[in-house]
Amino acid sequence: MANDRLLLDIRNLSIHYEVEDGTVRAVEGLNLRLGYGETLGFVGETGAGKTTTALGIMRLVPSPPGRVVKGEILFEGEDLLKKSEAEMRSVRGGKIAMIFQDPMTSLNPVITVDRQIAEMVALHQDVNEKEALERAVEMLALVGIRPERAKDYPHQFSGGMKQRVVIAIALACDPALLIADEPTTALDVTIQAQVLELMKELKRKLNTSMIMITHDLGIVAETCDKVAIMYAGRVVEYAEKRRLFLNPVHPYTQGLFNSLPELDEEQEELKTIPGLMPDPTDLPPGCPFHPRCGYAGPQCATESPAMVEVEPGHLVACPVRARKGDKP
Amino acid sequence: MNGRPLVDVRHLKKYFKTPKGMLHAVDDVSFSIDRGETLGLVGESGCGKSTLGRAMIRLLDASGGEVWFDGEDIMKYSDAAMKAMRKRVQIVFQDPYSCLNPRLSVAELIAEPLIVNKIFRTRPEMNARIKELMDTVGLAERLFGVYPHELDGGRRQRIGIARSLALKPEFIVLDEPVSALDVCIQAQILNLLNNLKKEFGYTYVFISHNLSVVKHVSDRIAVMYLGKMVELAGSRTIFQDPLHPYTQALLSAIPLPKVDAVRDRIILEGDVPSPIEPPEGCRFAGRCRHRQERCRTQTPELREIDPGHAVACHFARNLVQGEVKK
Repeated sequence: MANDRLLLDIRNLSIHYEVEDGTVRAVEGLNLRLGYGETLGFVGETGAGKTTTALGIMRLVPSPPGRVVKGEILFEGEDLLKKSEAEMRSVRGGKIAMIFQDPMTSLNPVITVDRQIAEMVALHQDVNEKEALERAVEMLALVGIRPERAKDYPHQFSGGMKQRVVIAIALACDPALLIADEPTTALDVTIQAQVLELMKELKRKLNTSMIMITHDLGIVAETCDKVAIMYAGRVVEYAEKRRLFLNPVHPYTQGLFNSLPELDEEQEELKTIPGLMPDPTDLPPGCPFHPRCGYAGPQCATESPAMVEVEPGHLVACPVRARKGDKP
Repeated sequence: MNGRPLVDVRHLKKYFKTPKGMLHAVDDVSFSIDRGETLGLVGESGCGKSTLGRAMIRLLDASGGEVWFDGEDIMKYSDAAMKAMRKRVQIVFQDPYSCLNPRLSVAELIAEPLIVNKIFRTRPEMNARIKELMDTVGLAERLFGVYPHELDGGRRQRIGIARSLALKPEFIVLDEPVSALDVCIQAQILNLLNNLKKEFGYTYVFISHNLSVVKHVSDRIAVMYLGKMVELAGSRTIFQDPLHPYTQALLSAIPLPKVDAVRDRIILEGDVPSPIEPPEGCRFAGRCRHRQERCRTQTPELREIDPGHAVACHFARNLVQGEVKK
């Protein structure tokens, strides 16, 4: 893939947190690519390093205790890690916007919603206050909020409507990349359906690239083009959505799919992955998944697995499964 | 007596007084649960499912109605009778991070119900029972003296389950027991609950907003909307033949972890209305794509459409493929 076609190219990124008990290797040697107009699903359990990666891209990793140890984050060909704080301020909210999980806490409770959107517009674009407020009303209309509600405060909106406001703020400056960190986790399922529908529609309209961080494979199936599965700070499998859902290769990905109760089939017992996520301050040597893995051989405990291409564009960090081919 | 349900809830109501008026959290709900059965209770935030779960075991004082447990109306019980009763009914809460006293060890947490009810006279007898319970719920014996903050969510939830089992109850209300857990841990806990039921014959009410989880564990499922039960049927029936428009919308809104899943999604308009002083008529009428004049004025009762399949919708029988047949 030619590099100029990539919007985002993360190379060998490691982010650590120094805590009392030692070093938390939240992200370790992570590689990730995102093309223009693509939506990438970023899947993993609590503590897998999804949010830390997102904060790394935004250069918002709290420091101390957090520290980007090594790696590059190439965005439109430029390394974000080399930018000054002033340059980053114009990237954040301008070229890269982020939606956080909880819409209840990401809005300012004492400012009307149109002003919160206008604030963002005025910061990044050369407009006067009136123009910024007009843009705010436009953005509200885009996310399905009527103009007469522009002067309302966040507490006057329901959870789903608040998340719409947050989306309006994020998209106000027409970012090239939108990072959505569990944008619907705090919402009920019928409201979640509304918000996901809206996000899909806006993506079609604006052609924004998106990273969708989620633990819900259903949301990935519905909104994403590509999927990266994370485990213990690394990407263990990366593929186009169809390939990953129809042919998951990494043992962890398979375990993740197996532990979901099915809606359209009867199951007596759910298949579970034995054991627990490893302690992030004390990751096992070699492949971090090997103590829980049914396929593990002796080399898994010593060698850190590299990403292997098992079919075009389908990368798996498991030499054992990659050798065996597609069928277990 | 044979054929008598273990739990029979009749016209249960729970209203809360608020400055703006009465909040109808649970409004005239009736159903029964057989011994050994699992009833799933689903609905979105604020539909009253947790309030119902608590009111039916008198953790909340109901505003009206009866709850018959094993042939007796426990709403009429004195405090003393209720205390004895509490050995037979237990609850497991959602958040294993906040429902355990952080200053008690695993053993002390599990011992608490045994001490309160003076079950054992000697320490060794009690410790033996604690170890037995830890084994039952899959907690390693080495965790006997550790504190909850040292444990992950799944293990904490196992403590909550062990506490609820300590007094050998018959009936357990599980209030979102896996909602705070990651999918892999969730699967482990669901398997544990199913195995316990098989081994000890418990009767469960399983409250959750996650429909695939509810389907996996339940024999029958009740769907709630704004304090009312809108549909009650066998768990397979609810998924294959949902009759209430809200149930249909709720099911269609679940994102399925599959590519190529073909289905018609029903996107509901607007939000759940306020449960404070709700107007007459069907509570779902404002968001329902099939609503008629009558829905605004007349409250639909939960009535049996097919054997074992009850729906609270005036037009349930006539909603064919999304259209109202006149």
